[in-house]
Amino acid sequence: MLNSDLKLNTKMFDDDVEQVPIRKGFGEGLVQAGEENPQVVGLCADLTESTQMFMFKEKFPNRFIEVGVAEQNLASVASGMAAMGKVPFISSYAMFSPGRNWEQIRTTIAYNNRPVKIAGSHAGVSVGPDGGTHQAIEDIAITRVMPRMVVVSPCDAVEAKKATVAVSKTDTPVYLRLAREKTPVMTTAETPFEIGKARTFWMSEKPKVGIIATGALLYKALQAAKELEGSIEVEVLNLSTIKPLDAEVVIALAKKAGKIITVEEHQVAGGMGSAVGECLAENFPVPIHFIGVRDQFGQSGTPEELIEYYGMGKNAIIEAVKKLI
Amino acid sequence: MILQNQMHLTDEKRIALEETANNIRESIIEMLLEAGSGHTAGPLGMADIFTVLYFHTLKHNPVDPTWSERDRLVLSNGHICPVLYTTMAYAEYFPKEELKTLRKFGSRLQGHPHREWLPMLETSSGPLGEGLSQAVGMALAEKMDVGTNTGKRIYCMMSDGELEEGQSWEAAMLAGKEKLNNLVAVVDRNNIQIDGYVEDIMPLEGLSDKWKAWNWHVIEIDGHNIDEITSAFELARAVEEKPTVIIAHTIPGKGVKEFEKDYRWHGYDPNSKTAKEDYKKAIDELRTLGGKIKSEHQ
Repeated sequence: MLNSDLKLNTKMFDDDVEQVPIRKGFGEGLVQAGEENPQVVGLCADLTESTQMFMFKEKFPNRFIEVGVAEQNLASVASGMAAMGKVPFISSYAMFSPGRNWEQIRTTIAYNNRPVKIAGSHAGVSVGPDGGTHQAIEDIAITRVMPRMVVVSPCDAVEAKKATVAVSKTDTPVYLRLAREKTPVMTTAETPFEIGKARTFWMSEKPKVGIIATGALLYKALQAAKELEGSIEVEVLNLSTIKPLDAEVVIALAKKAGKIITVEEHQVAGGMGSAVGECLAENFPVPIHFIGVRDQFGQSGTPEELIEYYGMGKNAIIEAVKKLI
Repeated sequence: MILQNQMHLTDEKRIALEETANNIRESIIEMLLEAGSGHTAGPLGMADIFTVLYFHTLKHNPVDPTWSERDRLVLSNGHICPVLYTTMAYAEYFPKEELKTLRKFGSRLQGHPHREWLPMLETSSGPLGEGLSQAVGMALAEKMDVGTNTGKRIYCMMSDGELEEGQSWEAAMLAGKEKLNNLVAVVDRNNIQIDGYVEDIMPLEGLSDKWKAWNWHVIEIDGHNIDEITSAFELARAVEEKPTVIIAHTIPGKGVKEFEKDYRWHGYDPNSKTAKEDYKKAIDELRTLGGKIKSEHQ
C-alpha cells in the first residue's frame, strides 16, 4: 500500500489523475530559487519554452542569458559565471546538454569544481514523435560517471520543483533530469524531498521483490505494485537521487526483499540500475532484473507505444516480478 | 588596427620589464629541463606579454590572491602553463623553488593547470577552445552585478591553433552580442601547432576580419614589443560597446637563439619544400629544447 507518511497524492490511481510535465516543475522551481537567491541565473540554448526556463526569463530578464544554439558555450559560460559567485542553471535538451557538451561539463564544471546546475529536458524515449535523435537514454550514464556530479531524476512535476530549489542551495555541479510529456503527479507539496534520500512509496510487510524506480516510470512501478497487491507483495522505492546513491536504503531493501528490479527510462548499461547493481554487488548481492532500454536507439511513436515497445511499462514490470520470484 | 599612438613607458620601466621577461624565459627553460617534458615554444613566445600583464597591467594582489576586486586572467591554452607558473612565481605568488616540481607527482604545478591544486589560478584548463567561454561568463556576471562601469577586467589568453575549435567562435559571438567591453582576449599568433604551421593545418586568415565580424575591436601587435603590449592593454580600456582582441604576433621559442634561427612565424613561405624540412627540424628542436628533453607529442 501507499506510504501514508509521505503524504502522496491519494488520487494517483484514479482515471483522471492530474498529469503535468516534469519540466514544468523545473520552470516553477527555478523562479522560486531565483526569488530566494539573487545569485541564481539562467542560461539557455534557444529552448526557453521547451525547457520551461521562459518563466525565469520573464521574471528576471536581467539574470537570464540567451547563448543561442551553442551548448558547448552554454556549459563553459556558466562555469565562468559560477567563478564570479553566481549559481547558474543551464537548460537544453538532455541529448545536447549533457550530451553534446559532455567534455565542457567535465572540464569546465566538474574538474573545475563550479556549482553549475545542468537541467536536461526531454530525457527518455517518451519524447515521442521527435524520434531517436532527440531521445536521451544515455544521459544518466555519462553524468554519474563524472567525479563530483550529483544526479537527480525527479518522478513528477511537484518533486521536480522541490529538487530544483534544493539543488540551487548546493555547492556542487548537478545534473537534473527532466521529461517532456505530461506524467501523473504522485507526490504533493507536503511530500518530503531531500537530495540523496530514497523514499519507499509503496510499502509491504514481507515483500518478495523490491522495485527501485526513477523518473516518471515510478508510476508504472506503483501501478504494477497495486495490481499485484494480494497476490505478490512488492515494495517500491523512489530513487530520485541517483548519485550520491542512498546505499543504506537500497541495501536495506535488498535485505528485506531478497530480489530487486530496477526501472528507468534509460539504457540498462550504465544507468540507475547499474548504480544499484554496483552498490549491491559490493555490499549485499541479490538477483537483479534491470528494466530499461537494452542497447538500442529510440524511434518515433507515442510515449505509451514506445514505453511498451522497449519493455518498460506496467505489464513488463509485472512479468519481471513473476519471473524473478 | 595597427598602433599609431603608443602610450610611453619610461626607459627605466621598459628595461625592467624586458629584464624580467628574460629572467622568466631562463626559469622556463630550467623548469622544463627539470620536468623532462612539456611545451617550450609557446611559453617562451608569450613571456613578454605575461610579464607586462603581471608587472604592469593586471590589478591583482599576490598576498591576497582571492581579493574580490582583482582582474581575472583565464589561461585558455593551458599547455603554455610554464609561462603562467613562472610569471606567478616571479610575482611572488609562490616560491620560485617550487617551479622545479612542474609535472611531478604531488606537485601543485600540474602538467595542465588545476585551480584546486594551485588555488590562485582562476580556472583549470588544457582542453582547447573552452577558456574564452569561461571568460565571457565572468565578464557577463560582472556586468550583471555592476552594470557598464565595471572595475574588474577579464583577460583571456588563447592560442591561434585553438581558434580551430568551434567553441571559440561560439564564445566570440556571444561576447560581441553582449558588448562585453570589460573583456580582452589575447591570441598568441605564433602560427604553430602540433602538426605544423597553423596556416597549413587550417588557415585562419583574415583573422582580424573574422573577429571584427563578430563585433570585436581588434588590435594587432608585435608580441615582443613591450611598448606595443602595454599600449594595447591601455587602448582596450577605452573601447566602449565591444570586447577587444589583441592579436599578438609572436616568435615561438623567442629568446633562445637556436630556436629562433630561421624560424620566425613570418619568415617562410610555408608551402616551400625547404621550409617544411627546416620547419620540422626546428619544431623538433623547439619541442625538445634542442634534444635535451622529451616532447609530449612524440
